[in-house]
Amino acid sequence: MSRFDRRGLETGGWGLVIAALVWCALPAVAQSRFPGVGRPATPAEVKAWDIDVRPDFTGLPKGSGSVALGMKVWDEKCASCHGTFGESNEVFTPIVGGTRPDDIKTGRVKALVTGDYPQRTTLMKLSTLSSLWDYINRAMPWNAPKSLTIEEVYAVTGYILHLGDIVPADFVLSDANIREVQNRLPNRNGKSQLHGLWDVRGKGDVQNAACMKECEKSVTVTSSLPDYARNAHGNLRDQNRLIGPVRGIVTASRGEAARTVAAAHPGRALADQHACMACHGVTHKVVGPALNDVKAKYAGKLDAATLAANIRKGGVGVWGAVPMPAQTGLSEADAKTLADWILAGAQ
Amino acid sequence: MATPTPGRVQRAPENFLAPADIAEVAAGRRGFLRAALVAASAGVAATAARASQGDPAILNLPEHTRGLGQPVAARAYGLPSKHEESLQRRESPGLTRVGAASVSFAPLQGFFGIITPNGLHFERHHQGWWDIDPTRHRLMINGLVKEARVYTMDDLMRLPSVSRMHFIECGANTGMEWGNVAVPTVQYTHGMLSCCEFTGVPLSVLLDECGFDKKRGKFVLAEGADGSSMTRTIPLDRALDDVIVAWAMNGEMLRPENGYPLRLVVPGIQGVSWVKWLRRIEVGDKPWGSKDEVLHYVDLMPDGLHRQYTSIQECKSVITTPSGGQQLLQKGFHNVSGIAWSGRGKVKRVDVSFDGGKNWQTARLETPVLTKCLARFNIGWEWKGGPAILQSRAMDDTGYVQPKLRQLREVRGARSIYHNNAIQSWKVAESGEVSNVQV
Repeated sequence: MSRFDRRGLETGGWGLVIAALVWCALPAVAQSRFPGVGRPATPAEVKAWDIDVRPDFTGLPKGSGSVALGMKVWDEKCASCHGTFGESNEVFTPIVGGTRPDDIKTGRVKALVTGDYPQRTTLMKLSTLSSLWDYINRAMPWNAPKSLTIEEVYAVTGYILHLGDIVPADFVLSDANIREVQNRLPNRNGKSQLHGLWDVRGKGDVQNAACMKECEKSVTVTSSLPDYARNAHGNLRDQNRLIGPVRGIVTASRGEAARTVAAAHPGRALADQHACMACHGVTHKVVGPALNDVKAKYAGKLDAATLAANIRKGGVGVWGAVPMPAQTGLSEADAKTLADWILAGAQ
Repeated sequence: MATPTPGRVQRAPENFLAPADIAEVAAGRRGFLRAALVAASAGVAATAARASQGDPAILNLPEHTRGLGQPVAARAYGLPSKHEESLQRRESPGLTRVGAASVSFAPLQGFFGIITPNGLHFERHHQGWWDIDPTRHRLMINGLVKEARVYTMDDLMRLPSVSRMHFIECGANTGMEWGNVAVPTVQYTHGMLSCCEFTGVPLSVLLDECGFDKKRGKFVLAEGADGSSMTRTIPLDRALDDVIVAWAMNGEMLRPENGYPLRLVVPGIQGVSWVKWLRRIEVGDKPWGSKDEVLHYVDLMPDGLHRQYTSIQECKSVITTPSGGQQLLQKGFHNVSGIAWSGRGKVKRVDVSFDGGKNWQTARLETPVLTKCLARFNIGWEWKGGPAILQSRAMDDTGYVQPKLRQLREVRGARSIYHNNAIQSWKVAESGEVSNVQV
């Protein structure tokens, strides 16, 4: 028997074994067009991943959480990005603001009609409470999603609603009362699905005509970029090919152009990678202090190794009440590079 | 009608000139060229040809003609030429404050044809990107199915696959321009747009395998495996039509930034529904109203109502060459080139105007023209040196005509962030500078 024959036999043998296993494992899909591909999910697997909560609260786990606990979790894990009162516009758009007691009665946020609130906050847009609960449960906190307990998710959801004067300070949000709270959402009647933009066969709401000759009486430029914004997106010369029918316009002075190509300090890439810039600006305070302010305070007084250790430990009080969480995912070497970069005057 | 001027417009020796020098040429002052050519060849060997005899780029044989080049596989994974470094994905300064929840725009101003190179595909992440170990990645299908099932990548890649070319556009593409001109170039106005050949298994095959409930099933939920676990609702008829569970783009596996090893491809629908790092599909009877279906990707109308589940990317086009932030080098013939697309089907026609929309000419559509895919259009134009406003206007095979910005605003106001498919205007100044304007 040749080698190839033996291999053929072996393959055939394994095929029979696999087919037998599949037959035992998958009686329910005996009609499968692709036997042996995929397997049934176990109940535990479905439970581990199927965490979604629908607007009718299908999927909502039983439980409850108090506004008081929500405040505690908020201050520890949420306030550094969203602000103490959920009002911060520094890292993400604000969560709280722009809703009024009257809106709770009507279910329509008036500021969305009048446009007299500078930002469209989460609570102004929120029409289904499940969306808020589900999102906090699946994606928050920002750098440790899915780490909150069910009680904490109820609590933080309740705390946000309290910040928006939708529930009182002593409220305990639960699966039993969440439907009542849904009926107090300021923008619960603020959505429309009556449009042609969901169904591929739907009709668009705006139509142009394919006019070919003398279609406009006059053409007036109504908007253009102001001169001061000419270089807001960097030197456009460097964003276009150096051959072909066109070139990028030189929008930067010679000095500025040189800066854009200067090699970046590796600390900058680390700062982006570890989301430092979510809370720190280079020249301006965000939630935490400006990196250049850190330099001004410590340069010559604190060595890079100590600053690196402080970065990894986190802390509170030196720069204000908002705590900086410990950076456990940051290696000592990377922390040192970051500290060097900051003390060298981060750019 | 513009008459194309045959032959080469830009003369070879001018190719190394600085913009100021080009202006001299444009003004007809060529005497200085001799001096420039002498300077260009001054550093080369004594055998250098004299400038008066011709172009030093021809007469002085360059090193690459006289030496030994690099061996095969010097770069095991090839890279673009170092001379192409200017074309990169870029962020729009000030648009977002957190890189892990941001956008990088594709440099449409430098693309040819309709396919986006994988390294320049636009990015949008909601909670950062990951390079996931494909051997540990799983896809689960559950909900209103006879049997919830789990597939490994090995399983999925055994199934009969399809390869199809489709555009992907973020619902917020051109969103910065609803109120006024905000950004300078087509990279930032339209660069949340890419187009690839995607390979994967039709979602309908997997839904069939799991025995989805044909009576009660009305929607599917797609969910990602990243921290945001992005969730989007897709109507079941859409899911059964042309949606693909894809692992490849342009002949190689998905890039990590684009969802490696598995993403959903939802042709014609805004990019957010093309869930990356796809881990789960659930069949249900009602929409899920996820955060990105309630708080974002909702279109604010003048009456204060938000339109929800606005998903279709309607017919749209834009001229990419010449476009904002570029400069024409010379008068004469130019090939005006751009892209058009529709989330409802095929592009049927593209018209181009050189006078801000007063008069239009039909451009040439290059093949292939595919459904829910970018189409490339070209039209010849002789620039006589005067001011001009360039526009393109696409029609799709439903008869829909891409609207003017003011028509969009009349219906939807100027506060919506999403689904701005208005005609784009590029103003050409007498200097040859092209800028972004609204008319």
